[in-house]
Amino acid sequence: MAETTVKYEKTKGLTDKPLSYCPGCTHGIVHKLVGEALVDLDILDKAIGVASVGCSVFSYEFFNCDAQQAPHGRACAEATGIKRVLPDNIVFTYQGDGDLASIGIAETIHAANRGENITVIFVNNAIYGMTGGQMAPTSLKGQKTTTSQDGRDTDWTGNPIKISEMLATIEGVAYIERVSVHDPKHYLKAKKAIKKAFQYQKEKKGFTLIEVVSTCPVNWGMKPVDAMKWLSKEMIPVFPLGVYKDKGDNHES
Amino acid sequence: MPKGITYFDHEKCKGCGLCVEYCPQNILYQDKKTLNESGYNIVSVSEPDKCIGCAFCAMMCPDSVIKVEVIK
Ligand SMILES: Cc1ncc(C[n+]2csc(CCOP(=O)(O)OP(=O)(O)O)c2C)c(N)n1
Ligand code: SF4
Ligand code: SF4
Ligand code: SF4
Ligand SMILES: [Mg+2]
Repeated sequence: MAETTVKYEKTKGLTDKPLSYCPGCTHGIVHKLVGEALVDLDILDKAIGVASVGCSVFSYEFFNCDAQQAPHGRACAEATGIKRVLPDNIVFTYQGDGDLASIGIAETIHAANRGENITVIFVNNAIYGMTGGQMAPTSLKGQKTTTSQDGRDTDWTGNPIKISEMLATIEGVAYIERVSVHDPKHYLKAKKAIKKAFQYQKEKKGFTLIEVVSTCPVNWGMKPVDAMKWLSKEMIPVFPLGVYKDKGDNHES
Repeated sequence: MPKGITYFDHEKCKGCGLCVEYCPQNILYQDKKTLNESGYNIVSVSEPDKCIGCAFCAMMCPDSVIKVEVIK
């Protein structure tokens, strides 16, 4: 028998509980990335997650670390409290675009402005997934949702809000990158970004946020493979990938 | 001789088809005749000898169904 090495297996950063997400939903992929990053950096035992309200409301069951579940939009406020009381732990929130960019935008901006030393995993799928596919502030111009049935009218509802670009202007922010998970190459890039954000938190650099451009196959009315194609073709031009803020390496360590 | 071996935790599969789409060797297929307990069509490997062990299938699987080993 030839010798073998394990190239990929389920990360110990996630529990064995089956994920509650629909088939092919990228929430599962983003969960794996967070789990893998925590394991690779050897900080799983110090990590505390804050779940939000949205399809990922049960993420506290899936991350294999301590976790709480915040009221809708309040994850950054809750993470602030946890981090201030337990500064040596690694604290992260996991939030959808409805949660973070709509009801929770005030908490998010103020946490960033205070330079809270927390990491935000922001899953932007351009829709309210959990509640049945309503328009989000991130929905694209012309995007059909249950509350914009003729397509989003930007004259009436504004344009898709660009969280990474907005927050990058804030002094207290250490690192912001927008990534995607629509193919293996981008998966690996996203993993690097999430690891870097946690590393910066370890080095007490300040607020870090990784925006992951994501899918909601069910409410977009697409097969998972077609949703990945739509993400790449329609979402990325509106939400360009890349680093929006980087305070740079810490030379003290 | 294959370069990689895949193992599927079939009960966790949701039949989304992402692994099938992203396999560069096109050796994965949804087995229309076999359902798991949850009622999803599981994924099978048509030509295991052609597997290159890239793990693209496993990375893209949202439900951590796939384990990949590389043959040294
Ligand atoms: C105070 C309050 N207002 C509204 C809701 C209804 N609600 C639940 S989830 C959600 C939005 C979820 O969208 P998002 O954060 O984008 O998560 P997704 O499901 O898309 O991942 C809303 C409006 C609620 N639960 N609580
Ligand atoms: S409703 Fe959309 S975001 Fe929510 S689990 Fe299903 S596919 Fe994912
Ligand atoms: S490891 Fe690569 S070649 Fe082998 S089945 Fe998976 S995607 Fe295909
Ligand atoms: S990606 Fe995972 S869940 Fe989807 S069909 Fe393949 S093995 Fe099943
Ligand atoms: Mg959403």
